[in-house]
Amino acid sequence: MKIHEYQAKEMFAAYGIPVDQSIICRSVEDAVKAYEQLDVRKVIVKAQVHTGGRGKAGGVKLANGEAELRRHAAAILGMDIKGFPVDRILVGQAVHIDKEYYVSYAIDRRSKSAILMLSREGGMEIEEVAHTTPEKIHKFVIDPSIGVPDYLAREAAFTLFDDIASVRRAAVIFQKLYKLFVESDASLAEINPLVLTQEGEIMAIDAKMTFDDNALYRHPKIAALNEPTEEEKKEQSAKDKGFSYVQLVGEIGCMVNGAGLAMATMDMIRLYGGHPANFLDIGGSSNPTKVIEAMKLLLDDKHVKVVLINIFGGITRCDDVASGLLEALRQIKTEVPIVIRLTGTNEKEGRALLQGTRLHVAETMGEATQQAVTLSEQSPDAKNHTL
Amino acid sequence: MSILIDKTSRLIVQGITGRDGRFHASRMKAYGTHVVGGTSPGKGGELADGIPVFNTVREAVWKTAADTSVIFVPAPLAKDAMMEAADAGIKLVVCITEGVPTLDVVEAYSYIRRKGAHLIGPNCPGLISPGRSLVGIMPTMIFREGSTGVISRSGTLTYEVVYNLTEKGLGQSTAVGVGGDPVVGLYYRELLEMFENDPGTDAIALIGEIGGDAEERAAEYIRDHVTKPVTAFIAGQQAPPGKQMGHAGAIISSGSGTAAEKIAAFEAVGVPVAREPGQIPELLRSRR
Repeated sequence: MKIHEYQAKEMFAAYGIPVDQSIICRSVEDAVKAYEQLDVRKVIVKAQVHTGGRGKAGGVKLANGEAELRRHAAAILGMDIKGFPVDRILVGQAVHIDKEYYVSYAIDRRSKSAILMLSREGGMEIEEVAHTTPEKIHKFVIDPSIGVPDYLAREAAFTLFDDIASVRRAAVIFQKLYKLFVESDASLAEINPLVLTQEGEIMAIDAKMTFDDNALYRHPKIAALNEPTEEEKKEQSAKDKGFSYVQLVGEIGCMVNGAGLAMATMDMIRLYGGHPANFLDIGGSSNPTKVIEAMKLLLDDKHVKVVLINIFGGITRCDDVASGLLEALRQIKTEVPIVIRLTGTNEKEGRALLQGTRLHVAETMGEATQQAVTLSEQSPDAKNHTL
Repeated sequence: MSILIDKTSRLIVQGITGRDGRFHASRMKAYGTHVVGGTSPGKGGELADGIPVFNTVREAVWKTAADTSVIFVPAPLAKDAMMEAADAGIKLVVCITEGVPTLDVVEAYSYIRRKGAHLIGPNCPGLISPGRSLVGIMPTMIFREGSTGVISRSGTLTYEVVYNLTEKGLGQSTAVGVGGDPVVGLYYRELLEMFENDPGTDAIALIGEIGGDAEERAAEYIRDHVTKPVTAFIAGQQAPPGKQMGHAGAIISSGSGTAAEKIAAFEAVGVPVAREPGQIPELLRSRR
């Protein structure tokens, strides 16, 4: 789960990490009030959106004087950055930057631990730095049993700063950021850039945090900051029903049990020349209610011309899956052709139950996919989808 | 032969009085696994399908000489359960539980390693050495004894692949589902090494998916250390960037972790990559 810069900065401040002075605004009038409150001539106006690259999109502007502030605030509020409408801007005191640095904690799959990443190339896209000049990124693997002791924080700070006064100040920031990272179950806590000001201060002038969805249950205050997009709302409502759902742009709706098999099914549709309309993992059980809900979800997408059901019956036997499906289909009236492939325990019994119904029954994944693709091409109003 | 578990493995089931724990304890026992005990704090002294229940893992290990544990407790309790097992001297901890917070796994994993034990999972189907032992939730009837090692990040996709292997007469030495989360225990590298050293394994099927760079590193490891033929399959070529595809770990972030990169990495070191799961048996056969 993502939060906005201003929300992350509030968390930083609560943990004693120095941040620039800034005020969140929802209107031009708010921005003018904030400007007066900040009582400085130069301010920076930043769009608050859950996506990167807002600077390039024109969502970050320096304003010199109230007139310019009004102009920028009005322009940025109401902008659309990569599909995210801007309804809030952060107005902050412009800082006299001497140097910019990159600092983050993230989860490292390789070392199976948190990792502190630092670079003197602050303010840039860190992936870009990692790609072109990986030697400019310093990494410290954090042992969870000791966290970030003083020596480690100092060692990390020496990779960015040469004078001991700055090292000491930065080291404390790294320790506080780690505390925040762990205590909030973050998956990323990033300061880009951390700046050294011309006055010799070290502070975060941007803040980015994302959180582990699996841990939100123990952080209700963070969970309350969730602002799902329309797409995410649909995915969330699917999740509440026990599904994993991701919308795509094709015409073959798929319903699969298991995430890996669901991905493999999407890939196979493409391999056979079709386009998957979604990723849908309905999980382990196959009770009729679940299948009905899943069918509704698929048929809700008007691009869907064919439904492909791919079920591997493991512990749940195929004949039970088949009865569940038949029950579900009795309750849902649809003209959309349905191809079903059932494999695993009691597959023959399962397939026998489905014979003589309007379902297209296939034996292998390849056969089922081929049938679904052919049916989607025959569908009268099949559209050409470009991916 | 097999890796990690065999006929001598002595298993306890943590969370044996819960719905899933009880159900799978019975299945594992029926398959022939030595399920020597289970734990459920406060229910010590009871029996679950004839299996003795203990209050603590330490007591269970003391009384039964268990060396392996499988965990079915709810996600908020999983970290504690994993650490309890390692602290009691369990050597292989298998965590089936889905939805465990990542930092909990980080902490538990570090502790388990310090205790000299291995972790598999969480969010995994467990493992099976067909005909010998099942530690997990896999559907046993699709497996056959044989000499193909299987390593996978997925559940039903593994079953799909195994089903195809068995159909084509390729039985399995051991099949391990490593789990779909970003941080899990044993992974490709360690398991490839175990299969390489296992005289009962003569070929390996590796089933990967998008997210992270473990497949790329596995390819390097295979190039340098694995002499047995390996065939791979990668799920998620059609996955859009930035979206979690069911598994918490299956996500393309900042353009990396794509299926194309992983497939290229395997092909570069001479590991054939199946275009569909059904192709794996013939690719394995052609290289034996």
